[in-house]
Amino acid sequence: MSAAPASTLKRTPLFDTHIGLKAKMVDFGGWNMPIQYSGILQEHHAVRAAVGLFDVSHMGEIEIRGPEAARQVDYLSTNNAAKLKTGQAHYSALLYEHGGFIDDILVHKISDTHFFLCVNASNQEKDFEHIRASSRFDAQAEFASDRFAQLAIQGPKALPTLQKLTQTYLSGIRYYWFTDDFVDGLPARIAHTGYTGEDGFEVYVSPDSAPRVWDALMSAGEEFGIRPCGLGARNTLRLEAKMALYGHELTASINPFEADLAWIVKMDKSEFVGRRALESALQSGIARKLVGFEMIGRGIARDGYEVWIEGQPAGWVTSGGPSPTLNKNIGLCYLPVAKAVPGVPIQILVRDTPVDGITVATPFYKRAKG
Amino acid sequence: MSYPETYKFTREHEWVHPHGAEAKIGITDHAQHELGDIVFVNLPKVGNSVKRAETFGSVESVKAVSDVYSPVTGEVTGVNDLLAQKPETLNEDPHGEGWLIKVTLTSPEELQALMSSAEYEEYIKAE
Repeated sequence: MSAAPASTLKRTPLFDTHIGLKAKMVDFGGWNMPIQYSGILQEHHAVRAAVGLFDVSHMGEIEIRGPEAARQVDYLSTNNAAKLKTGQAHYSALLYEHGGFIDDILVHKISDTHFFLCVNASNQEKDFEHIRASSRFDAQAEFASDRFAQLAIQGPKALPTLQKLTQTYLSGIRYYWFTDDFVDGLPARIAHTGYTGEDGFEVYVSPDSAPRVWDALMSAGEEFGIRPCGLGARNTLRLEAKMALYGHELTASINPFEADLAWIVKMDKSEFVGRRALESALQSGIARKLVGFEMIGRGIARDGYEVWIEGQPAGWVTSGGPSPTLNKNIGLCYLPVAKAVPGVPIQILVRDTPVDGITVATPFYKRAKG
Repeated sequence: MSYPETYKFTREHEWVHPHGAEAKIGITDHAQHELGDIVFVNLPKVGNSVKRAETFGSVESVKAVSDVYSPVTGEVTGVNDLLAQKPETLNEDPHGEGWLIKVTLTSPEELQALMSSAEYEEYIKAE
């Protein structure tokens, strides 16, 4: 399964917890991570119906501090960091000069002079090098991954579970806002964010605190049927919500317009890395775009499968699999822009056999807003 | 779960249960456990032939697709239709209700080369 021996894989502070829970561990980009505990389907349904707890401590953190931190982050990323309010977060991207993705990131504004970036595990070193090399303003970047563990508590019962352990009034934290407070008496950054399409929080704590906070959350969620959830369920949940995954939907050769992420690119702001490439992409128009699809025939589309339209190769699947919530086989693919709209009949080459599918509107799943 | 003594096993984690000139084929409890929740099973049609050590179908979990290799050479005489509706049967009862196909044994001597249940249990312990 994995190329590297398990002993050389990186571990999160919750490694022993996962082993104690008899998780199935896998090599995920050099990290020894739980792919599942009780089973992906059960964990998936727990998050949709109640609450699930994920260890996402492999994610990276980068802090940017200085009098011109806002201008520096604005220059580095596609979204409008200068417009963030203190205590607010947003989804954004780091781009190469040619407009392709270095990474997709979350930017949190701690103060006018301090920003906190959450980045993908396997990209964190690359991101940090890029950020350092792109220094233009009076601000310093610090690699902070070693100082943070991250737990994601997600699902309709995430709030009442977490509320038992903190005096912060969680209903008062708007979506994509955060606050620094305590969880179970330990300092924590509580962000109203997530990667499941469900309501929930992402909690950043010190690595030392992580096992205690994990146990406290598991106990607090017991009455709701909380389940520990692995990366398997994280993937099926994010796919239903059409949230992009780096290495799949997002790569160095894909730009944000192609990835259907125009909303995180603010062309009306000041200079940023990748801007010129995006301007010419807007002028010449993009050739391909991300679109969702459902399988009609029997078969499951997987990452990398070819997509055909009218007997011709037209694109490729970036993510695919069963949707446990919808009980359908779904996926995302890149297709020529004219075809990247709902209602186009397609065929997926499932291990050399063409299987019918159709493009559909996304997200596949959207929670009822409470 | 125990591995029935009347079954033979492959290194690729299939089992074969010979019964006269016929045999049932499936995947082992170890295999289903490694795969996780099985959501789709792709099987040949009755009348197709299968060859020893060649793939005859696939089993898909939530995460991935895995080939299934035939432990023996033969002709397909039956396919477990239950799995089209309830692929989770493979997780629940891999050595029983979760069988995949039935074949005629054209080369029964092939069974000799396969592992006994005791040998297979040793094999998965070492893996």
